[in-house]
Amino acid sequence: MIDELFVDLSRLQFAVTALYHFLFVPLTLGIVWVLFIMESVYVMTGKEIYKDMTRFWGKLFGINFAIGVTTGLTMEFEFGTNWSYYSHYVGDVFGAPLAIEGLMAFFLESTFVGLFFLGWDKLSKRQHLAVTFLAALGSNLSALWILVANGWMQLPLGSEFSPETMRMEMTNFADVVLSPVAQAKFIHTVAAGYVTASMFVMGISSYYMLKGRDLAFAKRSFSVATGFGLAAVLAVIVLGDESGYVLGHAQETKLAAIEAEYHTEEAPAAFTVIGLPNDETMEVDYALKVPYVMGLIATRSVDKEVKGLTDILKENETRIRNGITAYEYLLKIRQGDKSEETREAFDSLKEDLGFGLLLKRYVENPVDASEEQIKMAAKDSIPPVAPLFWSFRIMVALGFYMLLVTVLAFYYNAKRVIAEKKWLLRALVLGIPVPWLACELGWFIAEYGRQPWAIGEVLPTFLGTSSLTSGDLIFSLIGFVLFYTFLLIVEMFLMFKFARLGPSALHTGRYHFEQDAKAVKPAPAE
Amino acid sequence: MILDYEVLKFIWWALVGILLIGFAIADGMDMGIGSLLPFVGKTDEERRVIINVVGPHWDGNQVWFITAGGAIFAAWPAVYAAAFSGFYMAMLLVLFALFFRPVGFDYRSKLGDARWRKAWDWGLFIGGAVPSLIFGVAFGNLLQGVPFHLDEFLRAHYEGSLLTALLPLLNPFALLAGVLSFAMLTMHGAVWLQLRTDDVIAARARKAVALMGVITIACFALAGVWLTYGIDGYRIITQPPLDALPDPLGKEVEVVAGAWLDIYTTCPLAIIAPVLGFAGALLTILLSYIGRPGFGFVTSALSMAGIISTAGLSMFPFVLPSSTHPDSSLTLWDAPSSHLTLTVMFWAVVIFLPIVLAYTIWCYARMWGKVTVQEIQERSHSAY
Repeated sequence: MIDELFVDLSRLQFAVTALYHFLFVPLTLGIVWVLFIMESVYVMTGKEIYKDMTRFWGKLFGINFAIGVTTGLTMEFEFGTNWSYYSHYVGDVFGAPLAIEGLMAFFLESTFVGLFFLGWDKLSKRQHLAVTFLAALGSNLSALWILVANGWMQLPLGSEFSPETMRMEMTNFADVVLSPVAQAKFIHTVAAGYVTASMFVMGISSYYMLKGRDLAFAKRSFSVATGFGLAAVLAVIVLGDESGYVLGHAQETKLAAIEAEYHTEEAPAAFTVIGLPNDETMEVDYALKVPYVMGLIATRSVDKEVKGLTDILKENETRIRNGITAYEYLLKIRQGDKSEETREAFDSLKEDLGFGLLLKRYVENPVDASEEQIKMAAKDSIPPVAPLFWSFRIMVALGFYMLLVTVLAFYYNAKRVIAEKKWLLRALVLGIPVPWLACELGWFIAEYGRQPWAIGEVLPTFLGTSSLTSGDLIFSLIGFVLFYTFLLIVEMFLMFKFARLGPSALHTGRYHFEQDAKAVKPAPAE
Repeated sequence: MILDYEVLKFIWWALVGILLIGFAIADGMDMGIGSLLPFVGKTDEERRVIINVVGPHWDGNQVWFITAGGAIFAAWPAVYAAAFSGFYMAMLLVLFALFFRPVGFDYRSKLGDARWRKAWDWGLFIGGAVPSLIFGVAFGNLLQGVPFHLDEFLRAHYEGSLLTALLPLLNPFALLAGVLSFAMLTMHGAVWLQLRTDDVIAARARKAVALMGVITIACFALAGVWLTYGIDGYRIITQPPLDALPDPLGKEVEVVAGAWLDIYTTCPLAIIAPVLGFAGALLTILLSYIGRPGFGFVTSALSMAGIISTAGLSMFPFVLPSSTHPDSSLTLWDAPSSHLTLTVMFWAVVIFLPIVLAYTIWCYARMWGKVTVQEIQERSHSAY
């Protein structure tokens, strides 16, 4: 039926290339605004140090941005190369935000980013500031359209299946764009990017303070980052992605899995802080629960219940049975039956067609499925709980850690004693990788929690693949891993080198490593 | 304004063509310059001059490639699905070559080590030359048909493993198309380089224009003859009404010699495309020779527009012909998205493309001027 190895390899390659890509995206999303703030101060006050700050952090941004663009190239084409049937099946809806992203956002970002780096001498101060702003705006709009596309995968609004063209078709563009899931994801994702950038700038500035180098530069950079970071980290936590999870059935399943909510509880549900989820018994062993909290987090209310997985499973089994009938009618229509009765019968059940397709993992024609296969497909319809349960808890814990250090940094910075708090500076330096880990876990939760669907309750992931072979995938997967790892090593090497060097990298003659040289020979005239 | 489905299907065929031409003019120029980099620039400083000619613009230019990919996804999902997975290994080759460019531009001059810089120079060369060649190879294969078919659920299938399917893609006609594409993009890059540099670099670029221009003309002529006498075209015998819901399996197709020339009898004006291809390249050589590379850039853009249009028009209305199951071929009538999606995307292009062009031109205008060795020496720490 389905070559499981091939499907797993296809998923693995997409996961690897997407997670690699997202190592570079969040910093870009945030640091562009940090640069814009710094440069605005420069334009308003005329203080040269803010120009140096913009240029130096801009250099680090450039090192990151280049590899972000590189890994992004793959993403634009990977749906076609590796998810060919997916592309056919949903391209009518999914392709539009992707294309608009290019036209409206990526052009803007990329056209102006070149002038950001190389236009300092050719543009007036205000022109350059406008260029920085437009590049920043472009990068964030890019995220908006990508998350519109991704939000639609989670909750496919504004579209319906057409048996004549054998694909999903757009029925309302505004519903696709204004999807609450997409909006929640956008806010959560860009805010996470802002946190990443502020943790990055704070961390590296802390390093200079610990070394006692370029203190004026470091403290000013630190101040910009703490203010920006505090607002962002609050936004990430308060406007968590979870707010979108009560909308739509597939999202409910994800929520229940994240919270290891095997059984529907009376509202307001208790929150399982920690425990050992067991998919076999469908119980959480050694659970530590806090009453009310779950209901508040998930539904923002005390009277709505959070549905448990056992109930979802039962509903899904019914929907699989409906899906089988829907598939039967679909076959009739595909074979040329144009009667209205068939069409009406199909339309009344087509919401469940995707559930019927889940059976294709086991039988060529879902109509021939046995009882046992229906049970297996129902079991497939919910994702494994433990990986989601744990990833989510680690992500949240990291989020609170970042909140804590950002609040402390903000407080001590406001009191102007930050340079004395060595323990906090050290924690900030060591904590630089934390936001990246949280971001990657966030994507893992969003996409693994969507399984078994490529498009929520519409298209099972295993059906979305291209007609390639496992050999092709092994070849390309190894290629991507090697190439990306090589690039990552080069990137990290340059990043460490320039971060250690600090603003001396600008060769203005004003910073730490240039002071000795300056004593020997006069700085060249600007 | 709501346009007819049939009209929109046709408009989208033209728009994809325009995006591909835009890609060739903008990103093709950078790739051409990448291909020339190790040869036109002999010293490190000369190479930095060449890199900084495209330095502020390569990223914006590359978005033409990404947008063309996105637009094909949105407007012709069936083509996006079948073509990119069918050309899997070729597509990987293009991507892996392109990977060298963003990092190459940004990282190359960040370290002073000569080996480091030389390595990235060759990376930028690969990032220019390989895609230039493969895009032509892809077109060469489109003209011959691609071995795929669609099943009853419209899933695309191919024969055997694609790992071994890369070699058949590199057949003689496709390679000729590849050389043509490489030569025209490199000619285009060279004339831009001649315009934006001086002294020895501009002189070498001028020689490259002449060489690449001649190869372009020769390959284009040879490909035309080959297409007329050696390659069977595809012709639709019956098909559903043009405004019908897209059904790629609803037509009958025959494969006949000379069918790729049908358009030139049904629509004699189509001959403008190949004429433009030849005349543009010829004028580019002349204008470059007499020291007018600015006009040469315009004519080389027109030449590329002519050559790409010739390929598109010859295949009209086919977009992705199938060599093994001709009835599964995809055409501009049966591969598009729904009426609503085509409408939404049409307006997205109508609104945003002029805006993109306007700010792109502004950016070029601000960064105008010849890039010189002296300038690179002055801005040694901030230039690429």
